[in-house]
Amino acid sequence: MQAFDFVAPTSVDEAVSALAAGGGRARPLSGGTDLIAQLQEGRLALDTVVDVKRIPELMAISISDDGLTLGASVACQSINANQAIRDAYPALIDSTHLIGGTQIQGRASIGGNLCNSSPAADSIPNLIAHSVTCHIAGPNGRRSVAAEDFCTGPGRNVLANGEFLVAIEFPAPPANFGAAYLRFIPRNEMDIAVVGAGASVVLSDDKSTIQSARVALGAVAPTPLFVQEAGDSLAGQPVSEETLAKAADLAREAAKPISDMRGTIPQRKHLSAVLTQRALRIAIDRARGTKTVDELGRLNGHG
Amino acid sequence: MAGTKQNGTGTLAANGQNGYKVIGTRPVRPDGVDKVTGRAVYAADVQMTGLLHGFVLRSPHAHAHIRSIDTSKAEALPGVRAVVTAADLPEAEDKVEDLGEGAINLKYLSDNVLASEKVLYHGHAVAAVAATSPHIAEEAAGLIEVDYELLPPVMTVDDALADDAPILLETLRTDSMGEVGAEQTNLASVFSHQRGDLDAGFAGAHLVVDRTYRTETVHQGYIEPHAATALYSADGQIIIWTSTQGSFAVRGQVCEILKIPVSRLKVVPTEIGGGFGGKINVYVEPVAVILSQKAGYEPVKIVMSRADVLAATGPTSGSNIRVKIGVDADGKISAALAELYYEAGAYPGSPVGAAANVSLAPYAIDNLQVDGYDIVVNRPRSAAYRAPGGTNVAFAVESVVDELAEKLDMDPAEFRILNGAKENDRRPDGLQYARIGQIETVEAIRDSEHYQSPLEGKYRGRGIASGYWNNWGGQSSATAVLNPDGTVNLNEASTDIGGTRASIAMQLAEAMDIEYEQVKARVVDTDTVSYNDVTGGSRTTFATGLAAYNLGRQLLKEMKSRLADQWEVAAGDVSYEEGTFSAGSESVSFAEAAGLVQREEPLMASSTVHPQDFGPGFSTQCVDIEVDPDTGKITILRYTIAQDVGKAIHPSYVEGQMQGGVAQGIGWAINEEYIYDDEGRLLNASLLDYRMPTSLDLPMIETIMVEVPHPAHPYGVRGVGEVNIVPPAGAVANAVFQATGVRMDKLPISPANLLEAMWAKEAEAAELVPGDD
Repeated sequence: MQAFDFVAPTSVDEAVSALAAGGGRARPLSGGTDLIAQLQEGRLALDTVVDVKRIPELMAISISDDGLTLGASVACQSINANQAIRDAYPALIDSTHLIGGTQIQGRASIGGNLCNSSPAADSIPNLIAHSVTCHIAGPNGRRSVAAEDFCTGPGRNVLANGEFLVAIEFPAPPANFGAAYLRFIPRNEMDIAVVGAGASVVLSDDKSTIQSARVALGAVAPTPLFVQEAGDSLAGQPVSEETLAKAADLAREAAKPISDMRGTIPQRKHLSAVLTQRALRIAIDRARGTKTVDELGRLNGHG
Repeated sequence: MAGTKQNGTGTLAANGQNGYKVIGTRPVRPDGVDKVTGRAVYAADVQMTGLLHGFVLRSPHAHAHIRSIDTSKAEALPGVRAVVTAADLPEAEDKVEDLGEGAINLKYLSDNVLASEKVLYHGHAVAAVAATSPHIAEEAAGLIEVDYELLPPVMTVDDALADDAPILLETLRTDSMGEVGAEQTNLASVFSHQRGDLDAGFAGAHLVVDRTYRTETVHQGYIEPHAATALYSADGQIIIWTSTQGSFAVRGQVCEILKIPVSRLKVVPTEIGGGFGGKINVYVEPVAVILSQKAGYEPVKIVMSRADVLAATGPTSGSNIRVKIGVDADGKISAALAELYYEAGAYPGSPVGAAANVSLAPYAIDNLQVDGYDIVVNRPRSAAYRAPGGTNVAFAVESVVDELAEKLDMDPAEFRILNGAKENDRRPDGLQYARIGQIETVEAIRDSEHYQSPLEGKYRGRGIASGYWNNWGGQSSATAVLNPDGTVNLNEASTDIGGTRASIAMQLAEAMDIEYEQVKARVVDTDTVSYNDVTGGSRTTFATGLAAYNLGRQLLKEMKSRLADQWEVAAGDVSYEEGTFSAGSESVSFAEAAGLVQREEPLMASSTVHPQDFGPGFSTQCVDIEVDPDTGKITILRYTIAQDVGKAIHPSYVEGQMQGGVAQGIGWAINEEYIYDDEGRLLNASLLDYRMPTSLDLPMIETIMVEVPHPAHPYGVRGVGEVNIVPPAGAVANAVFQATGVRMDKLPISPANLLEAMWAKEAEAAELVPGDD
């Protein structure tokens, strides 16, 4: 690993200045669970590392009737340990429990997972399913983009020179809302998703009909993939295996995976359908109040 | 027979079993406290003043000529103290020697440490740097310019044996049972074991199953990366601290490569974080020495990265295997043929010879042929891995055996009992068995609560498989010093991987009728005792334990003799019982005697052994699995092992060997494989993508220790370390068939491979391939 300069600003403006000054050779550091590994392995070379964890906004958790705002550097463990988040956004915990082991979760952040912009990131399909908004600061002030528009390619995203992610904002869950994230890995831990699927639904008051739904896939395209047509196909449909299977078919069609050492094209297309259907089932169960996070944990291999 | 579901620790429940006082108990290992408190010194922990850090530059190509290497930019980088290439090694001779880890051509040995003319695999070492920090060394390595002339990669058996295959080693000729061919080739050797009349056996068969299989390259997966530190003394003596299974094997290899006498090199083995056969070959040890020479005799440490460990050390062979077995109407095997094509990696020396012995070893067969082929390919030079070669071939043979039993509508355990090898039967190569316990292990599984309980549920299946391993005796040396306070220092040179310091010390304690806690066992360096073979071949508790037994007997005899002199009685009149020496009215405790007998002269003992009658091991295993039909993922529900363990000296460590072998075997069965791109570059050189099982992937593995004491050892010890990795792949494959109806013809049975096989089976039935849109 080569030597680099380290700065730890305490305000958003200072961080913007430091990043802008570094050009392409400066990056923000949150937990560092991706960044440091990439520096050590020579996959990334930097002149400046900008630790943003001393900026209060980056470490803040704000939850109210209006929704949840997570500072971009909030560690997964801080989310896991927050009962208010667990109660209001149980599906978010599906991702924060999956990213790394216990020690990694003490450092790794959802914001970092988003900015690392891996097509297989375990949080991003979930953020898309939750209709999350990403708040960005930069030399030209603040701007916001939807989670599904954040990534632009493997390891690439909308952040321009000097910009960094400040916070991610979850809307308040509507009544009868449920969501889930599922991934497939060959082992039961310590693995990268072969395919991931995030899903959310809003059910009718009698919980027999799907009013709206969102589906997103991981590891089947250059970026996490928002499969709008799969969710749209469910709007106004009764809750049934047939309607879920149709949405799953649309997810399979939308998936444009590659074959690599982690999975083949046929396997990934097939799993896109399997995981979409399973994630939708769990989202519906949650909207109906019939499934707990702990049960889901077992499904995701955390027995 | 002792059955247990607990890997017990520290209990003394078995005290007094079979009249033994220490053997059969479960004391704490001498290295345990240091290891759990972080004080144990591993190879990467070695520190000293002025230490330089080495870094090895490795080939990014699978197969290429080295046209030139320009190290000038690296040498110019501030902080760099030395840069070396193969040109800094003595010219190696093209001759074969046995350096305590099997026969090896010295030229190949040297070229694997630093490539001279060609690189033969992605990760092959081409140069190395020593610098004042590891970061500078790494940066300097990046400044070395190597001009490669790329050659087509030869990655598999089929690639290597193709008519127009590129040649890896220009001087290689096929050795066909002593006859050497004339042509250039990638086929290093061929052999055939034959007996009876194969054609008649198949012609008369009621049923014949003939299948071919493919297994992939896998790594031993030890958690501690290789590391070595070399230190020169001012008088030219060299010390190497390293993580190794055999300090004398390191000494032999380093001295051959560097052409120095063994008396100039002392090898100090550090604590070891796993080896499984992969820490016998040297990699960075000679490089650290020549870097040190070139850096003005400053000490140099090299610590390999995980990626380098996976890319350039180990692994064990991938293979193509054909197995054909015929049976008569009663299910008796009438003939068997096995053809074993093993990928040796860059240099000859796959474990195909051992694999041939394993292949049909559990069965009594009159008409048999086993052919072996050792083939070089552009992958790392293969190293030993726990029962080398056994898992590959047992996967194939046990799959065919299971299919035969299924088609005969026979219980697979009864099939194995009917055909089971026993005393006086012969191994494939003709070796005649003494007393063995194969049939007993099958009976133990058949009669187990596991096998007797029903397995219910869709996509669930149960499989069984058997396995054999030859074991080994080898040479061991040890000394024992009697301390005047009644304790004994036991100095032995067998690297302790599986708790052998404890199991060897227990044999000394038993022999002297003293407490285990009175023995202080330590692993010493190559200057301190005489030659000692590697910790390998499941030999250490057996052979070094035998040396410890001898030491105990010698010390006791001498203590009695000296007491007799002091008491002025005949030596035969001194008795020793219950820890007390007595003769007539004289009586002293062991501790008192230890002081008394050394008033005039100190007392120590030494023992060297080379036992030949080591006795092989058999294991039969039963596994229950569940397959997720939508994902192809296997969950291991339950696993039971029955092994003929001889006598379990320390039952916890025997159970640990059983469970550890199966854990590795399950990884091999369901996920582990080297994945290469089209140019022969290894893609998954990390523990993220080289998928060994984690604790969450395995159930508690139940152990049934079948104790048939081995007659050729004073305490009945039989090697236990290796055989349990042999059956798991076959057992899992047979369970997959029960769960899904699919017979897998390749490893690993990964979700992707199993899903594809299930689709193919469905397509066969429906002529429709789901997911292929």
